[in-house]
Amino acid sequence: MSILKADHITIRFGGLTAVSNFYLNLQKGELVGLIGPNGAGKTTVFNMITGVYKPTKGEIYFNGQEITKKSVDKITSLGIARTFQNIRLFNNLSVIDNVMIGCHLRIKSPVLSAVFCLPQYLQEENYMREEAEELLKEVKLEKFKNYVAGGLPYGEQRKLEIARALATRPKLLLLDEPAAGMNPHETKELMTFIQRIQEKYKLTIILIEHDMKVVMGICKRILVLDYGKTIAEGNPEEIQHNPEVIKAYLGVEASYA
Amino acid sequence: MSLNIFLQNLSNGISLGCLFALVAIGYTMVYGVLRLINFAHGDIFMMAAFFVFYAMTIFSLPWGIACLVAIILAMVLGRTIERVAYKPLRNAPRISSLCSAIGMSFLLENFAIVVFGGRPKSFYRPEFFAKTFVLGEVRVPGVNFVTPIVSIVFLLILSYIVYRTKTGLAMRAISKDFDTAMLMGINLDRTISFTFMIGSGLAAVGAILWALRYPQIWPFMGVFPGWRAFTAAIIGGIGSIRGAMVGGFLVGLLTIMIVAFLPELAGYKDAFIFVILIFVLLFKPEGLFGEE
Amino acid sequence: MIEKKKDFLLLKIATILIIILFIFVAQRNFDTYVIRILNLCGIYVILGVSLNLINGFTGQFSLGHAGFMAIGAYVSALLYMSPELKEVNYFITPLIWPLSVIQIPFVFSLIIAGLVSAGVGFLVGAPCLRLRGDYLAIVTFGFSEIIRVLFCNLQNITNGPLGLKGLPSYTNLWWSWGIAIFAVWFIKNLINSSYGRALKSIREDDIAAEAMGVNLFYHKVLSFVVGAFFAGIGGALLGSLVMTIDPNTFSFFMTFQIIIIVIVGGLGSITGTVIVGVLFAVLMEVLRSVESPMSFFGLNIPGIPGMRMLIFAILLMIVVLFFHQGLMGNREWSWEWLYYKLTRSKKEIKEGS
Repeated sequence: MSILKADHITIRFGGLTAVSNFYLNLQKGELVGLIGPNGAGKTTVFNMITGVYKPTKGEIYFNGQEITKKSVDKITSLGIARTFQNIRLFNNLSVIDNVMIGCHLRIKSPVLSAVFCLPQYLQEENYMREEAEELLKEVKLEKFKNYVAGGLPYGEQRKLEIARALATRPKLLLLDEPAAGMNPHETKELMTFIQRIQEKYKLTIILIEHDMKVVMGICKRILVLDYGKTIAEGNPEEIQHNPEVIKAYLGVEASYA
Repeated sequence: MSLNIFLQNLSNGISLGCLFALVAIGYTMVYGVLRLINFAHGDIFMMAAFFVFYAMTIFSLPWGIACLVAIILAMVLGRTIERVAYKPLRNAPRISSLCSAIGMSFLLENFAIVVFGGRPKSFYRPEFFAKTFVLGEVRVPGVNFVTPIVSIVFLLILSYIVYRTKTGLAMRAISKDFDTAMLMGINLDRTISFTFMIGSGLAAVGAILWALRYPQIWPFMGVFPGWRAFTAAIIGGIGSIRGAMVGGFLVGLLTIMIVAFLPELAGYKDAFIFVILIFVLLFKPEGLFGEE
Repeated sequence: MIEKKKDFLLLKIATILIIILFIFVAQRNFDTYVIRILNLCGIYVILGVSLNLINGFTGQFSLGHAGFMAIGAYVSALLYMSPELKEVNYFITPLIWPLSVIQIPFVFSLIIAGLVSAGVGFLVGAPCLRLRGDYLAIVTFGFSEIIRVLFCNLQNITNGPLGLKGLPSYTNLWWSWGIAIFAVWFIKNLINSSYGRALKSIREDDIAAEAMGVNLFYHKVLSFVVGAFFAGIGGALLGSLVMTIDPNTFSFFMTFQIIIIVIVGGLGSITGTVIVGVLFAVLMEVLRSVESPMSFFGLNIPGIPGMRMLIFAILLMIVVLFFHQGLMGNREWSWEWLYYKLTRSKKEIKEGS
C-alpha cells in the first residue's frame, strides 16, 4: 500500500530549479535511501514533504490525502516526522523535555486545565513522561534525561533527535544524514538501531546519507539525485553498477571499491 | 485649498523629505552591515543639535564652525557607540544587540536630561533661515531652499563613497554576505566603524537642518524624527540606500500633506507613521527597493 | 520521596501563610509611603513576569507592554469610577453613554480590564507574531504608541491628554500582592506544563518546534494573550494606586522600565524577575532623593532630574554587555532546589571530613 506519493514535484528558488520532477511512490514499511552529491536537492525534498517549502509544481499525497499545501505542524500531526542534517535540538532544555515536546501535539487538555493542574491534565502529563522515558530507554539515553540537551556528545544528540521525532508517533520517518560525524562503531550501531525501530514502530523510512555503507547496508531501494534530477533508482546492486551514478557521484569511491 | 497654500506645503514637504532621507540613510546603512536596528540613531541626531548649541554658547565658535565641529563629534559619538555597545555583541543572539541598542538610546536620552537639562533650549538661526521669502504669493521660509540643496549635496557625496570607493565596495560586500566578505579579507571593524561614522554624520546634518526649521532643542527631540526616518528606511526597503532616499521623501511629503489636507486628523499624525510602518512590515517587509 | 513532596507542600503553604500575615500586618501598621512602595513591588512583579513570559520564555521580543497597561488602566477606571466623578473629570467633552453611567465593583473592573487587554493582545498578536525578532519589537512598539495617540485623541472616551484624576484608591496590598502571587503561580504553572515546554521550544528553535508538531501561531498568540491579560491587570492596579492617569503615563518609558526588570533579572527566570521587580520598585523610590534637592550640613545640593533613569540605563547596559544571563539566567529558586543544595553541601562536607 502506498504511504507517500510525491507526484512529480518541482521547486524553483528564483531562477534556480532545486528539485525537478521528483517522483517517489513509497510503500508501507519500506526503507528507502536518498543519495546524491552535496547540493543535489535531497534536503529540499525533505523540506517539501514536511511542508517547509511548497513545491512550485506537483502534489504530495500521504496515505492518500493531499498534503502539498498543509502547514508543517499539521503534516507532523498526520504522521511524518524528521530529523535535521545540522542537528536542531532545543539546546537549553533537558533531554526529557526535548522528547516530551514531541508528545505535545497529542495533548487534549486545554491550557487552563494544565495551568490549574486538573487531574485530566496531570494524567496526560504522566503518560507523556512515561512515553518519553520509554523512548529514551530505546536510544539508551535514560541516564541523561535531566541533562541539558546541548551538552550531550554529538552522537548522542543525533539519537536524541531520533527519539524526539519518534515521540510524535510517526508513520513515516525522514532521517537526514543520521550517521554524519559518527565513527565506524557508532555507525554500525546506528544501522541496527534504525532497523530495530523500523520493526518495532512499524515505520516507513526515507534516509538521506553520505555514508555508502549505511545506505547500501540497510536500504532495499535507493534513489540518486543530481542537480535536482533523479538520475537513477533501484536496489543497492543496481545503483552500484549504474554508469550514470558512478559518473555523477560514486565515481571516486567506486574506483576504490 | 488654494494653489498657493498647496505649493507652500509642497515646499515644506520636499524639504522635510530630504531631511528624513538624510537620517534614514543612517538606519539603513547600519542595518545593511550589521542587521541591527540602531535605536540610538535618533539620539545621535539629538546630541548633534546640542553639540552645535554648546559649541556656540560655551566655546563661542561661529555658527558655521560650530556645525562642522558638531558633525565631527557626532561621527565620533556614533563610532564610540558602535565600539562600546554593539561590537562586543556581534556574535551574541540578535536579541542581545537589540536590547543594547534600546538601552543605548535610553542612556543617551537620560544623559541629555541630566547634563543638558530637560527644558527646551532655543537654537540659534542665522537670519537667512528665519526669513520668509515671498515668491509671487507663495511664502517660503529660507530653510526650505537650503535643506534640499544641502541634502542633495550630501547624498551625492554619499553615493560617490558607496559606489565609487573601495570602502564603499567593502560596505556593499558586507551587506550582501557578511561571512564571505570576512573571508575575502575585508577589514570588518574598519568598514563597520566607517558605516557608523557616515550614518552619524548625516544624522548630524539632518539635526542641524531640523533645528533650523524648529529652533527648539531638547533631549527627546530625536525620538519622532528618528521613528519617521526609520519608517522611511523600512518603506524604501531596509538596507537599500536608494530606498532610504525615496522613503524619506515619501514620509516627509506624507506627514506634511496629511496635516494640510485633513486638518481634523492632525492629532493623529504621530500614529499615522506607525500605522504605515506596521502595514509595510506586515505586507511588504522588503519595502520598495529591498531584497527579500 | 512522596513524604518529601508533602513536606515541600507544607513549606509552600507556610510561606504563603507568612506572606498573608505580613500583608495583614503591613496594611494595618505601615505608613502610607511604605505601603505605596510595597504596592509598586507587587505591580512591577506582575508586569515583569507577564513580559518575561513573552520575551523570555517564548522568545518573542515585545515592546508593547505599556499599550496593554494603558488599556487595562483606562478600561478599569472607566468601569469603577462613579458617575459623579466622571462628570467632574469630563468637563470639556462629556463621556459617551453608557460609560457615563456605569459603575461596577473594583474586582470585576480588574477582570474586564484583563480580558479586554487580552482581546487586544489577540488582535495585535495574530497578524504580527509571524514577524521575527527586531521587526516584532518595532511593530509592538508602534502598537503601544498608536494606543497612546488614540487615547490622547478620543476625548469622549478617555478625556484626552487631560487624563483621569482623583481615581479612587482601591489598590492595596491584598490586591497587588495577591494578584502578583497569582500571576507568578499561573505563569510558573504554565511554563512548566506541556504548553510551556512548547513555548520554550519556540524560543530555542522555531523551525524544529514546528517540525515536532508545535503549532507556532497558536502558542505564540497564547503567550501574547496571557502576557497582555496580566499587563492589563497590572496597568489597572497601577492606575488606582497613582490615582491619576493620562495617556503619557504609558509611554515607552513605562515599557522600558519593565524591560529593565526582565533583562536584569534574566530572560527566562521568574525568580529573577520577582527579585529585580521588587528591587526596582524600592530603588526607584530610594533614588528619588537623588533627584530632589538635599542639604548636607548646610551645603545645598540641587537635585538632578533624570538621574534615576540614567542609573538604570547604565545598569541595563552593564548587564547586556557583561552579564548576558542577567541575575538568574534561566534558573529558578524553589524549596526543592534549596533542599537539594543544602543536603548536597552537607554530604560534601561529610565526605570531606
